[in-house]
Formats: sequence, structure tokens, C-alpha cells
Amino acid sequence: MRYAMAIDTNLCVGCSDCVVACQVENNVPVGYARDWVVEVTEGTYPNLAIELRSERCNHCDNSPCVRACPTGASHYAEGGIVLVTPEECIGCAACIESCPYDARFTHPDGYADKCTFCIHRVQNGQDPACVSVCPTTCMTFGDMDDPNSDISKLVKSRKSKVLAPEAGTNPNIYYLT
Amino acid sequence: MKTRREFIKVSTIGVGSLAAAGGLLSSLPIKDIFGQSQKVENNKSNANKQFPTYCEICFWQCAAWVQTDENGEIKSVTGNVDDPHCNGRLCPRGTAGVGMYKDEDRLKNPKIRTTVNGKQVFKDVTWEEALDYIAVKMKKIKVEHGAECTALFTHGSGGKFLGHLLQAFGSTNIAAPSYAQCRGPREVGFIATFGAGIGSPEPTDIRNSRCLVLIGSHIGENMHNGQVQEMSDMIRNNATIITVDPRFSTAASKSKYWLPIKPATDLALLLAWIHEIIYNDYYDKAYIEKYAHGFAELKEHVKNYTPEWAYGITTIEPHVIRETAREMRNASPSVIIHPGRHVTWYGDDTQRLRAVAILNALLGSWGRRGGFYNPESLHLPNFPAPKYPKPNRDWRDAFPGKFNLAGLALASGVCDATVPSITRDCNIKGWIVNGTNLIETLPDQANTIKAIEALDLLVVIDTMPMEITGYADVILPECTYLERYDEIRTSAHRFPTFALRMPAHAPLYDSKPDWWIAKELGNRLGLSDYFAYKDIEEMLDWQLKSVGSSLEEMQKIGVKKFDREEDNLYSLNGEDYEFNTNTGKIELYSTALEEEGFDPMPKYTAHPEPEAGFYRLNYGRAPMHTFSRTANNPQLFELMEENVVWVNPKIAEEWSLANGQEVWLENQDGVVTEFPIKVRVTERIRFDSVYMVHGFGHSKKQLSRAYGRGASDTQLVTRVMLDPIMGGTGMRGNFVTFHTSKPEKTVPDSRKVESSKLVKEEGGKA
Amino acid sequence: MKEELIISGRMNPHVDPILNTWGWEIAFYLFVGGISAGLLFFSALYVIRKKEDIYPAAVKLAPLFVPIFLVLGLGALFLDLHHKLYFWRLYTTVRLESPMSWGAWTLMIITPLSIVWAASFVKEIWPKFNWWNIKLLNDIEKIVIKNRVSIAWPLIVLAVVLGIYTGILLSAFNARPLWNTSILGPLFLTSGLSTAAALIVWLSKSKIEREIFTKIDLLLIGIELFLITHLIMGFLAGGQVQVESAQIFLGGAFTTYFWVFIVMLGLIVPAVLEVMELYGFHIPAFAPSMLVIAGGIIFRFLMIEAGQITRYLY
Repeated sequence: MRYAMAIDTNLCVGCSDCVVACQVENNVPVGYARDWVVEVTEGTYPNLAIELRSERCNHCDNSPCVRACPTGASHYAEGGIVLVTPEECIGCAACIESCPYDARFTHPDGYADKCTFCIHRVQNGQDPACVSVCPTTCMTFGDMDDPNSDISKLVKSRKSKVLAPEAGTNPNIYYLT
Repeated sequence: MKTRREFIKVSTIGVGSLAAAGGLLSSLPIKDIFGQSQKVENNKSNANKQFPTYCEICFWQCAAWVQTDENGEIKSVTGNVDDPHCNGRLCPRGTAGVGMYKDEDRLKNPKIRTTVNGKQVFKDVTWEEALDYIAVKMKKIKVEHGAECTALFTHGSGGKFLGHLLQAFGSTNIAAPSYAQCRGPREVGFIATFGAGIGSPEPTDIRNSRCLVLIGSHIGENMHNGQVQEMSDMIRNNATIITVDPRFSTAASKSKYWLPIKPATDLALLLAWIHEIIYNDYYDKAYIEKYAHGFAELKEHVKNYTPEWAYGITTIEPHVIRETAREMRNASPSVIIHPGRHVTWYGDDTQRLRAVAILNALLGSWGRRGGFYNPESLHLPNFPAPKYPKPNRDWRDAFPGKFNLAGLALASGVCDATVPSITRDCNIKGWIVNGTNLIETLPDQANTIKAIEALDLLVVIDTMPMEITGYADVILPECTYLERYDEIRTSAHRFPTFALRMPAHAPLYDSKPDWWIAKELGNRLGLSDYFAYKDIEEMLDWQLKSVGSSLEEMQKIGVKKFDREEDNLYSLNGEDYEFNTNTGKIELYSTALEEEGFDPMPKYTAHPEPEAGFYRLNYGRAPMHTFSRTANNPQLFELMEENVVWVNPKIAEEWSLANGQEVWLENQDGVVTEFPIKVRVTERIRFDSVYMVHGFGHSKKQLSRAYGRGASDTQLVTRVMLDPIMGGTGMRGNFVTFHTSKPEKTVPDSRKVESSKLVKEEGGKA
Repeated sequence: MKEELIISGRMNPHVDPILNTWGWEIAFYLFVGGISAGLLFFSALYVIRKKEDIYPAAVKLAPLFVPIFLVLGLGALFLDLHHKLYFWRLYTTVRLESPMSWGAWTLMIITPLSIVWAASFVKEIWPKFNWWNIKLLNDIEKIVIKNRVSIAWPLIVLAVVLGIYTGILLSAFNARPLWNTSILGPLFLTSGLSTAAALIVWLSKSKIEREIFTKIDLLLIGIELFLITHLIMGFLAGGQVQVESAQIFLGGAFTTYFWVFIVMLGLIVPAVLEVMELYGFHIPAFAPSMLVIAGGIIFRFLMIEAGQITRYLY
């Protein structure tokens, strides 16, 4: 099982509902965000293009954060979801330095924090909060190892990319372009 | 002698500080005489439950569920899957509904304006004192001027109860800025054409459409939930989107065609499209023959509005105009020339929206699949009440013979009818303002303030200390939508629905729902017959039982769906149909406009252009905020804490402006923004205009987050281009220039600038 | 024009708008780690080579600074931890892929070892010191002195590991292109040895010792300059993010700091002073030493700051 997310950049309008939904669902402290939206504009007026991407931890197959962690607090959970166990984390921030996506931050309580793919919801058969609220339904969550899952079919049938592939992390968030 | 009303920025005197002030006022009773001060502990019984509601953060009113945590505290708000407004998915503002409830800057107690040591301040009072005070003042206005010299400005659900109160009291001056400052011209333009307005939510069948044309409408940045969702469906279906916008909007970036039009020339493009569609026989002949009136006149009328003619005006190349007209034809009748929402731009807005309506008619999209569907709603009977008294005067008396086609009261009209005038006997003397921050909503702030200064009574009912509360005589803290019942939502959609809003928590602080405020005021004004129910639950239950439902049922399901009465979602496929116009047909040639002395068919008129060094001020929406009302919401503030002014890189270079640099904007009338705004250097904006998101630059310090963040576009809208047909206030004729340091010559508080410089232009004349 | 914006207002503390999660604590820790490694290296080396009496400052006096440095460095590291109560978790597991884990274990061993090592020289410096007449301490001292050479071997290995580790801690971060180069390990080791040599020159009262360590330092400075050239050339030959990393020192935000404070004042000027000294000019010993040491400190601070600017995305 390999959990992944496919995000259709053509559908996303950048409303940032995913960000609020995450903050509400996961009690993310005020002033912090586990997910965020990036807008990339290229060209010169009037020949322009915009790409909108909802971003978060990529739950990489080859996670530099898991490698950097001196205590094993950062680890792979079911389906390759990368999690942090707060009680094992010493707050050294090596994982924050190691992430090419800047997806992590130090929680005010001291431990490293980031997106969990809402594993508590996924285990109940629900989509992560961000996916479940998106008005444009631009996000699809599922198991890439299951060839019949919506996400597998979507990634197979569409052009897609991952972020910073040259960092060699094998990320699990696909951006459909 | 009348004391001048001062804008009170922060001062509130509580019970304690009054004593310190030397006992000028008798100490106030602390006990809440209504016994309403429920505490949080009482809510343990509400732990881990969910309560139905419909969202109040914008007018889309998506139905939702409010979840509580183990302490009975409100935790989250999520969409109701049975609701066609949202299909179970709220927008960021809806998801951040909890932030509105938890905002610690909320209005907490009723307050009355008073003078202490020569300084005007608000003092905290009990509800009884506040309501008694209002009742006395209203009765005095009734005796001295007549009950019809009162008015209600409202934006939101509570307005229904307050409107009922005002009508029972004897006034019909009930206005929402959503009409004359927003969608009014659209309603009038479509009524003149199809005999029916658009309403809300718009009955646009976007999800089934094959071609969507957006003109200055930025779906995706305006987060009209159902439309955003359906536009997403369209993109998924590879349908064509054509966006006309001087700015590369989000929607433009999703479009097959983006027409970067020169601002203020949209009508020329529309007329050229009409020309193309008629002269190439692209129009739906059978539909036009059966349903339309005035085709021959229209054909003659647009004869010279060729794409080449339009090119010189709009800067859109003729081949693009032709190609896009062909795209519309290819999709016809599944094509929508979107009527937009905020359409009060240049004063000829009704005529522009007429052109939009005509274009839709020619392509046969009205009443057709993929065009405009026929919405249906189910109406609930009103709770029995005596007939309203019929006032013999209203705000229209201030504009004799004008704006007869305005279907609803003009907020700006009511405001103008308040500014004292020797030529008329009806000067409005009392305002109740509910859920609308008129200072940031109405253009020409100086005029608004002049009107306010002439009032004997200004009551502001709101959840937040918005700018308008600084001018109030009485402030009443309204509880948020998560803490109250309201009327059943009965909006029209593809099928009728009811949605219930009920409290998920007792009102925080000493806040109250509008239904209660209206009823209590009614009792004090001798109007208790109009409020014959014990409480709102009794009223709602009575209403629901009359249509076979009940409050108990609605509390369980939140949204109740009904079947359509008739199978006529798309009704104009050759069936006979009588339109609600003079001719009974779709009026390409408007007899109603002709009767009123206006052009029966839209004509292009040029609008003023910015002088050298000035740029047209365009403003719009961000998906994270609803006007100025959400700027202080803690969750939405995190997403977007201020607005920025978009500047084309060439202009930025010319002015040596760097990305992120703070500037002050000055408009053509010398009005300078109170606060600086950061520059965003971006290719997304044309060189002849700048853009900012509306609703920032708050001047109320009690809005602890929003205060001083970004700049207020409304402040810069001092030139209003009035729509002569329906009184819409065109606001896109203002031009700004940059200052890199705060200019010294500015009037200290530009909100108090004298309006001598202000030009009121009649639309079309300019 | 390419415009990349985070439009949802993300402002995670110490991550936005630019990463600065690691501050002075880590920079200081890397510096003291490096200089301690160098000092232990020289001390152990000349114990093995039986040159205690020729190089008394290097072998006997300088190691006394090491426990102080290491304890201060560990203190700084501890300050940097945000979840301090869980500090002990470091020692419940060995994670070979994590340089942080490596470093923790290396320090765990080398710190007590350095204390013992330094302690064994105390009496040679202050002959009257007698460990408060505690027998156990005196017994331990005897054992250590007796087995100095046997201890020196693991110590020299650990010192090299520590020196390289101070570079690898950073170079293991793929996410920060400026750090992500294999040259950083040798470079930091060299820099550590150089600062150690400089300190020894400063401390030493022996002409011979000063001369030999001045020569050692000159050699190390030469190697450092070579490695720095190599580092920048390597970046310039790399991909876009690597080229952008080099740009930080070639016209970018840290150009002045790098060339003036590190290359000129931290390496070239002291090298010139040291050469002049060797040719008989009278140069006060502290001048080149202080410049080298200051350069070493600034270098760590600058690498920490600058490395966190370099990134793959926006």
C-alpha cells in the first residue's frame, strides 16, 4: 500500500480552503500551516500562464527527514505516510533542514510537526480534510499500489509531475498538469 | 443645539471607568434582566453533536453542519451533502466560520453614545436600556417626522425580522447595498429582456454548459461556491471558457480565450459580438422567431458595431472577436454569457447587462440546458400578523420621476434621501444598520458621513466593531449565525430546498439574535401583534408544519429537498411561453426602457480615461474574504492579512516601485488612502490600471488584526457614475496615482473630506 | 517574468519567508566541535610521536581547552533543542543515516575521553595540584598517564570523525544545495585543524613549536583555499540550484562577508602575516591566530545562514 495524492492544477483556483480545513481538523496552532497554496505566473502580459498548487508534505518514499532524524521520531507509518512521534522528538530541527519542500516546522510545544495525510481520518475510510472540503474537487487521495484506485487511474491517464524530483526524494504528491 | 456626531475609534466606558470619571452617570445594573447570560458550562449537554446551519459569511448561504467537541464548544463547520448550494463542500470562508464565532474582537455588550467631559464615548448598557432608548427615539421620529422617515440597511438573514419590524412601524425604506452597489443593473437588464431577474444563486447551468463567457466576473476569486464547483466540472469536461478581463484573473488562466480588454469598453465588445452573431446567422432562428420581440430593430441597430469598430475601442483584435463569437455559436444553446454579480461599474451598467441578456437570447440559452435553467423554490407562509400600514412617502420622493425601474430600494438612494435638502419634506431621520458596513460599502464616503450627521438615531446591529459602529448612537451586539435560529432558507435552485439554521452554542457574551431584537423592539413600539409567537422556534415550527415538515424534522436533516412541481427545468424548447414583459416576449427591443425615456437598445458610449500618471482603479474579490466583513476573522486573516496593489512591471519601473514596497494611493479628487498598501509587481495586470482586493484598510482599532492592514478601495471611490435607469452607483471610474511617502497635503482623515470636489456623473453623459 | 507566491499566507515561524531554523547555537557548536577536534588531533598525534616536550602547548596545554569547548558546544546544542525534556531519546537508538545521531554518540564518547585526557596533563601545568587528595582520582590519573599512547590512537580517530562530522552534519542535507557537497567534510576538518593550530601558536611560548605550527597552519590555509575554490567551481558546474548557491558568494547576499571576512581576513591576511613571521618580521602571535579563529567562527555562522537560503523551490 502506498498512499498518495493527485492534485489537478487545472482545477485549483487557489482558494486555500484546504489550508483552513487542515488547521481546523488538526488543531494546527495559530500562525502555522501544514499545507499551503502556491501560485506561479509565467510570461509577459498578455501571454501568461498560471499554475496553482496546493502543497504539503510529500510523504516521500525516500524521505530525507526520516533519514535525518537522530531518534527515529520521524518514521514511515502504514501506506508510507511519514509521521512524527512527538514523545520521541527532541526538537533538533534536522528534519526541517532536510526537507526540500519546507513542509515541516517546529510546533510551539517543541516537536517537529507537519501534514499527516490525516491518518486518523484515512484509517476511518475518510479522505484527508483538505481533500474532503475542496470546492473544485481538484484533489484525489488513495493507494497508488492499487491499480484500480481513482488515483492510480488518474495518474496513469494524465500528464503529471512531482516537485523537486532532482532532490531524489520520490515524493507521493502528483500534480496533474 | 445638535452635537456633531464624532467617529468613536476606541473609547468605551465600562461600569468601572464611569465611577472613576467622577460619578457623572449613575452606576449601571450588572444583572442581565433577561437572564440570557448562559455560560459555556451549560453546553456540556451539546458535547460531540452536530447542528444544522446555513452559512452567513456570504450571501451564497451554503447549508452546513456545525460540529461540537467534547466540551460542547464549537469545533468545525462542514458542508451538508444534500445542499445544492455547496454539495457538501464549503469554501474557505465557510470552513472558517468558527473564526467568526471565536473572534475575541466581537461586539460584546449593547452600547449607547454619551458625552463624558466633553468627549463622546460609548457606555456599556443593558439590553433593556438600549432597546428602551431606541424605542423612545423611534417614537419621537414618528411624531415629529412620520414613521416613514426611518430606514433599514441590511445585508444578511437577520434583516428579514428587522424589515418586518420596520414595515410594521410604517416604513418601506429597506435597502441592501447588494442592489444599487452590486447586482441591481443585472436584475433590471434581465427583467427588461426576459421579464425575470437573475436572483441568487444565479440559475446558470454551468455544469452542463459547453461555453461560458465571463465578463469582468472572476469566478474562483469570487468564491460563489456552487458556481466555482460547476466551473470546475466544465474544465474537467474540456468545455470552452472565454474570459474578458483587463486583468489575468484566475478564471482567465483557466480559459481557452482570454480577452485582455481595455477597461471600460466591455459594451463595445458585447455589441460587436451581437453584430457577428446576427450578421453571420449564428443566432438561434427558431428560438428568436418564437420568443423574441424587436429582432429587426436590433439588427439595424448593431449594423455598424463591427469587430473592426470594436477593435479600435477595446484593443481586442477582430479575428479574436469573430473566433469567440463562433465558439459561442458552436456551443449554442449550451452557452452562458454570465451576467456577473457586482456590475455597477460605469453608470451604463443596465445597458451593458441588457447587451449580455440580448446575447444570451440570440444564442437561445435562456431556459435551455447548459444555459439558464428555470429555478424553483417553495415558499413558506408568513406567521399570521396584521397588515402593514401603508406609508405615503418613501426614499423615492428624493428622486421624483427617477429610477422607476429599480425593483428594490437603493441603499445609496436611502442615504441620499437622508442628506438634508430644502427641496423635499421627507428627510430620513433614523437608520437601523444591520450586518453591512456602510462606510466601506457605499461609494463616496463623505456623502455617507454627511447623511449620518443629519440623523436623529443611528442603530447599528452587528457582530463586529466595523467602521459604521463608530458613528452609531446605539450599538447592539448580534450573535453570530452559529449561535442563533433564523428564518428557513427557501432559495430557488434546480429543485426546491429548505435549510435550517439553529444554534450550536448559546450566544457568547451579551449578544442576541435579530429575531429577538426585532420582537423586543416591536413590543416597545406597540407592535406586539406583529410578533405573536413566543419565540422563533414556535414560529418556525408553525411555518414548517404548514408544509408538512416540522422543526424537529429539520433539526435532524438540516436540508429538505423537494421535487419540482413541474418538469420544466429547461422550459424553452419550443413550448409556448409568455414572458413577463410588455410584449409577452423576450424584448431585444425594450419597450419598458423606451417608456421611461431610455435607449430601448444598448448604445456604446465612451467613458472617461485616466490622465497621464493615473491608473484606473479596479477592485475585486479574493476567495478568502467576503468584502470587509471577514478581514478580522482569525482564520481568514492568516490566509490573507492585507490587500496589495497590483502594478504592471512596466509601470513599476517607471515609478521605481519595488515588489512589497508600501505606497499611498491618491485619486483624481485628491483623496489619499488612510493607510499605505504594498505593491505587487505582476504581469497579471494591464499597464493602464491597478487592482486591489476590496475590503481592507480598516480604520477601527477594535478590529485588532485588521486595523490598518492594506488600503480601502472604497475610500478612493469618490467619483460615482450613476446609472440613470436604476440608480446603480458605478464605481470603476476612479483613477489613482502613487506616493512613496505619505503626502503631507492629505486631509488627516480623508473619510471626512468635504464633498465639494466630488463629481456625480449621470451615466452615459460623460 | 516568473512570479512564485505562497498565496495562502503561510508564515511558519523560522521557516518563512526564509528558513532560519538553525541559528547561532549550531554555528557555535560546529566551530567548537571543529577546533576541539583539531586540538585533540594534534595532542594525540604528538603523544604518539613522543614529542610532548618539543610541543608542550599542543600536547599539554591546548587539550585543557577542549572539555570547556565541548561542554559549551553541547550547551549550545542543548539550547537549540526545542523539545528539551526528550533529550535522552538521542541515546536510546543509533541511527547510522542520521549525522545528528552520529554526532551525539561521538560527543558522548569524546567528551569524557577529552576530560580524562586533559586531566592527565593538569599536574604538568600546575605541579602543585593534587586532586584534592582523592585517591581514586589520583589512581585514575596514573592509569591514564601510563596508557597515554593507547588512548591516543582511538582519540585521534575520534578527533578526525568529529572534525569531519561538523561538515557532514550540513553536507548530508540534500535539501540545502549550498551544504550538499562532499567537500564540506574535508573543508570543515581542515578549518578545524587550522583554527586549532592557530590557537596553539597563540598559546605556545616555544619558538620551535610556534614555527612548526605556523607552518602547519600555512599548509592548512592553503588546503582550505584550494577546497573553497573547488567548492565554488563544483557548484558552478552543477545544476541550477547549485549555481544559485555559488551566486550567494559571487555577487549575492553574502559576497562581502565571504570574501572580506573569511577569505581575506580569515585566510589570506593571516597567511601573509605568518609568512612574514617565518621570514623574521616581528608579528605578535595573537594577530594571525585571532584572525584565523575569527575567520573560522564567521565561516560557520555564514554557512549556517547562507545554506538555509538555498533551496529547490520558490
